[in-house]
Amino acid sequence: MSVLVYIDSKDGIAKNAQEAVFYGSKIAAKTGGDTIVVTSGNLDNDALSALGKYGASKVIAHNSVDLDSQQLTKLVADVANDNGSKVVIFSQDLTGKAVAPRVAVRLNAGIVSGAIALPSDDFVVKVNAFSGKAFSFVKINSEVKVISVLPNSLQPEEGAGTAEVQNESCDLGASKVIVKSRVEPTGEIDLPEAELVVSAGRGLKGPENWGMVEDLAKALGAATACSRPVADSDWRPHHEHVGQTGVAIRPNLYIAAGISGAIQHLAGVNGSKVIVVINTDPEAPFFKAADYGIVGDAFEVLPKLTAAIKAANL
Amino acid sequence: MITKSIKNNPMKILVCISKSPDTTSKISFTENNTKFDEAGIQYIINPYDEWYALVRGIELKEANGGSVTTITVGTASDDPTIRKALAIGADNAVRIDAEAKDAFFVAKQIAEYAKDKAYDLVLLGKETISYNGAQVGGMVAELLDLPYISLASKLEINGTTASITRDAKGGDELVEANLPLTISASKGMAEQRIPNMRGIMAARSKPLTVVAPAEVAETISTINYEMPPEKSGCKYVDANNMEELVDLLHNEAKVI
Repeated sequence: MSVLVYIDSKDGIAKNAQEAVFYGSKIAAKTGGDTIVVTSGNLDNDALSALGKYGASKVIAHNSVDLDSQQLTKLVADVANDNGSKVVIFSQDLTGKAVAPRVAVRLNAGIVSGAIALPSDDFVVKVNAFSGKAFSFVKINSEVKVISVLPNSLQPEEGAGTAEVQNESCDLGASKVIVKSRVEPTGEIDLPEAELVVSAGRGLKGPENWGMVEDLAKALGAATACSRPVADSDWRPHHEHVGQTGVAIRPNLYIAAGISGAIQHLAGVNGSKVIVVINTDPEAPFFKAADYGIVGDAFEVLPKLTAAIKAANL
Repeated sequence: MITKSIKNNPMKILVCISKSPDTTSKISFTENNTKFDEAGIQYIINPYDEWYALVRGIELKEANGGSVTTITVGTASDDPTIRKALAIGADNAVRIDAEAKDAFFVAKQIAEYAKDKAYDLVLLGKETISYNGAQVGGMVAELLDLPYISLASKLEINGTTASITRDAKGGDELVEANLPLTISASKGMAEQRIPNMRGIMAARSKPLTVVAPAEVAETISTINYEMPPEKSGCKYVDANNMEELVDLLHNEAKVI
């Protein structure tokens, strides 16, 4: 019985895509079957073949970008049916959020979104619940099962395999959603999948002071983020806003400078493995959720931390 | 030359509303961690449903005419949150009379109700703030065989075409699609509206139709819940000793 993993390979294989393939291959290893990747994008076959490192035995590639959710659903569901796949894995990224639920409906499959660990033998899946304040264990009872994996929930291990690549050109019908303008890739680290994040809030006093946040992020190889008031004041773009109404992230390290730590902010970051809080106010609620705390002025602490990181030369 | 702004056709809009425990709620479980303890929990309308999807639906109706219907899968205890949606400006409400068991159950109920009613737009929030599952919108779209545009932060209608700004990797992208559509709303689509006294009074007499649920086979079940391990406490580092912090992050936490 094969496990099917859908990944988006437009402009490269993101880390969350590697995680999804690795997650699928761990299930396939237990249930005894192949890990098949189905992808849409524009990568060459060598790049796709390298997915064998994460456990894929075969990659079925549809050379296309901008497929809408109906076209992607047809692609994934048809490949699942053709290969008799009983488990279908997505990453809970922008595409996974749009497509996984559709695929589940089409395959009459039960679905769990936002898995943060591998399923048990009887397909009980651990997810965040109640704004990250608890975990829920959800069992999938249907014959076909769909799981979408929350980015940065497990560390993919690299093996030695290569995958066979099969180019697929089946007709998926016309796109009903036309992309008129897009974001050009900037080469910067994408926040939802970043392992290290440096974030700042109103304590930074104005957008002109973000240089020290960016300097620290650069020294660490981290993504930058911000609190809601900062995004609402247009000091930073809204896609950097982490918290309840922004992006929820779970990096390995979250450094928060000048953010008090309101519960709405915590809801977006409480899955972080390690939290460092820098705040002038020793009573800031964020310290209660922190692993490491520095009571001090971000204007002094951030440059010192940046210098210490550079000096350590890790 | 005088250019006349295009007057759109009146639209039939369905907005899916769900409840969510208020973010500040203290979460606990009973019956050996198998049941969510609702005692003392204050429910609110899921903010993505209310602040963005509902308000944008009402704005489109105000600009072009038409109607906004809300639909909720829930029991009579949900009626206060439904009345709030009516007070904000929805015209009428439908409640499918059942506990919202899981996303597919909810999506199926919504689709069964909506399938023969020719809505131009089905709007809902991008996810609930409690589970962040983002499942119902895609499922409703699939069940109704509609295009689905998720994570939309702007929505403009021009005739029968919708122009939508949606979240994309590293920023936003602009897309276009023809009605009818299912769209999930993220922050930015509208500004939160606080119901005024007139709205609250009017909401009392707006129709709230209760509909019996359809049969749905259960595909998932929640086994139990768990609280995350308590943080062992914050370790403070002197603001003048960032070398120590770097050392702790590298050698103790092992994250850099």
